Amino acid sequence: MDFNDSPDEAAYRQQVREWLEANAPKTRVGGDPEGGDGMAASKAWQARKAEAGYACITWPKEWGGQGGTPVQNVIFSQEEAKYPIPGNPFQIGLGMCVPTVMTFADEETKKRFVGPALRGEEIWSQLFSEPSGGSDVAGARTKAERAPDGSGDWIISGQKVWTTGAQFSDFGIVITRTSPDKPKHKGLTMFWIDMKDPGVEVKPIHQMSGGSGFNEVFFTDVRVKDSQRLGAVDEGWKVSLVTLMNERLAVGGQTGAGWQQFMEAARNTPGLDGGSALKDGALREKLADWYVQAEGLKHTRNRTMTALSRGQTPGPESSIGKIISAVQMQELGNTAIEMLDQYGIIDDPELASLNGAFHFSLMFGPGLRIAGGTDEILRNIIAERVLGLPGDIRVDKDVPFKDMPTGR
Amino acid sequence: MNFDFSDDQKFLKGEARKFLEANCPTSRARGVLENSAAGHDAELWKSVAAQGWLGAAIPEEFGGLGLGHLELCVIAEELGRAVAPIPFASTVYFLAEAIMLAGDDEQKTYLLPKIAAGEIIGAIATSEGPGATTAATLQSTVTDGKLTGVKIPVTDGDIADVALVLAKEGGKPGLYLVELTGEGVTREAVKTLDPSRDAAKLIFKNAPARLVGKSGEGIELTEQVFDRAAVLIAFEQCGGSDRCLEMAKEYALERYAFGRVIASYQAIKHKLADMYVKNELARSNAYYGAWALNTNAPELPVAASAARIAASEAYWFASKENIQTHGGIGFTWEMDCHLFYRRSRQLSLVAGAPRVWKERLVSHLERRNAAAA
Repeated sequence: MDFNDSPDEAAYRQQVREWLEANAPKTRVGGDPEGGDGMAASKAWQARKAEAGYACITWPKEWGGQGGTPVQNVIFSQEEAKYPIPGNPFQIGLGMCVPTVMTFADEETKKRFVGPALRGEEIWSQLFSEPSGGSDVAGARTKAERAPDGSGDWIISGQKVWTTGAQFSDFGIVITRTSPDKPKHKGLTMFWIDMKDPGVEVKPIHQMSGGSGFNEVFFTDVRVKDSQRLGAVDEGWKVSLVTLMNERLAVGGQTGAGWQQFMEAARNTPGLDGGSALKDGALREKLADWYVQAEGLKHTRNRTMTALSRGQTPGPESSIGKIISAVQMQELGNTAIEMLDQYGIIDDPELASLNGAFHFSLMFGPGLRIAGGTDEILRNIIAERVLGLPGDIRVDKDVPFKDMPTGR
Repeated sequence: MNFDFSDDQKFLKGEARKFLEANCPTSRARGVLENSAAGHDAELWKSVAAQGWLGAAIPEEFGGLGLGHLELCVIAEELGRAVAPIPFASTVYFLAEAIMLAGDDEQKTYLLPKIAAGEIIGAIATSEGPGATTAATLQSTVTDGKLTGVKIPVTDGDIADVALVLAKEGGKPGLYLVELTGEGVTREAVKTLDPSRDAAKLIFKNAPARLVGKSGEGIELTEQVFDRAAVLIAFEQCGGSDRCLEMAKEYALERYAFGRVIASYQAIKHKLADMYVKNELARSNAYYGAWALNTNAPELPVAASAARIAASEAYWFASKENIQTHGGIGFTWEMDCHLFYRRSRQLSLVAGAPRVWKERLVSHLERRNAAAA
């Protein structure tokens, strides 16, 4: 038991380090792809990685990858993170959308799209969630109907929501309802679409935290060719499972301010007896709990990494990460704010501690507990896929979609 | 990255599980629990000694197997899973570890081969009453090599041959070896939450005592020994809490209510998912503790604290929610749920309560941050 690379991994890490030292940016340019020349910087860095085969390490060489292992991918991410690299707006496209296109599209389509996506020239969105269903993706209502002119084309109408990066995306994959008279999972079809089509309208969502990182996407009679269909008609659910399977292995670390920041803030805040708040037993106990959780997640990632390193496939165990980190983000933010007493209501970055980082945690935490699988859905996943407990009883499984009750 | 046990260590774990499934079904823990005259399962103790487990981490020159602490960790996990009613922790995690850490050659030569062979049972005696014992509260004294004082509770104090006793000599704390079968020692059994692991009150009156390590460093040495024991106990706790999750799952998949198995209700599924999450966090922290223990890393105090806190929380949660999942039957004496519930309390308290460890952890983090600043 140790934390060392195997000889092969060490050699790869060395090769990556040398390449990064020669090629990676040394100063940060616009962390946010939307701000200023941030997008240009993101695209330039992606193109450079693609040229050297580092854009999608695990992809086959013929598609611009290295035919590498998941561990090599993690090694590259670890080393890359040591540099002030620009934001990565390509992750959803390259992690989920393009692999789906690669699995289901014809050769011509693949040749058209894979290269530009890999080099960061074109950005992809995943259009699954709808106002009527976030957790329940198979409940999609966005319609795709055959054009009445007999051309075989499809006409798409409806709305998607919480679409990350839609405002700067060139293409997207969209799941639609093609047979409302069939049960919900059996009447869905997947297409790729051009986000610049005049019938596609993107509107930013104003989040409760103030920012706008996600969008609503409206489709008004968007005409697509039958050749844009991914998988068979009414087989879209199976296609979506492939998309979700390609979700990047979560190796990310802590979100927002962590126990270290809390400890520093507590040290510099007056406590109940006029001394430091860091002497407060109640706060110390929480600090210990957060540290233990953060360490537990870090070493769970190390165990996942070990499984990959030994050629095993890690299971859905990694679902535990966000259940812990999102709740901790919200709780830690709130505890830090309560520690400040009356002053805690002030979130002006000029006046608040850590430029308002704790307030950000408080206000973004609720979103993180929902995005990418709610706390509740993740518990279902652990219960069903890890522990093997029965799935929920489905009252909607065999009912034609059009006859299903709908509420808000 | 190689943050897992080796194939050999996993094989040992599998063998330990097979051995304990055959030789230590829960009826063995229940046997000791229900027999107030029995301090431990002597037959099981003998057979565990015959497996060589007591000397797994003891060097070969002192009669052990000379394996290492990672091997001891996998054995500990299986003992915890089996709620084994034997003085393994007292003898191996505390006494043997303390002697290996700070004993002189004579103490090592005298004690370690006997421990490895299962010829003596050990105990550690630090507590003197309610609340944590500190240098300031410590009452027991040693004068001219004779110990006087009262220790309560001492796990396995009623069956142990030798105890490590925290006492002051000339105002300086030290850790002392005392033969419990010798003169000046009176023992009284005390009733505890987990009678499958007995405890006693030890009254010393001029009992011959030999110093382990240096005079004046008793508190530090005790902390070092507790750090090592905390990692090993964390593995016992992981074993126990994993077993609780399995029991809850098995029952929930068999029990019907309102026309379907209770495992199909989200209230139960989410409860079991929460158990799983806590168990995994405990296991990951315990692995880090195992690494720190095995390599004698400077991170050991922090790693051991995190392992102990996470494992105590996981076992507490799993053992209480296992009873809840079982419903009424889980509250009966005949069901095994309470064996784990009791053991979870015993293990959370025996090396100091989680509250104390949280304070230790934050103190370490403060010092580490101050040093880094």
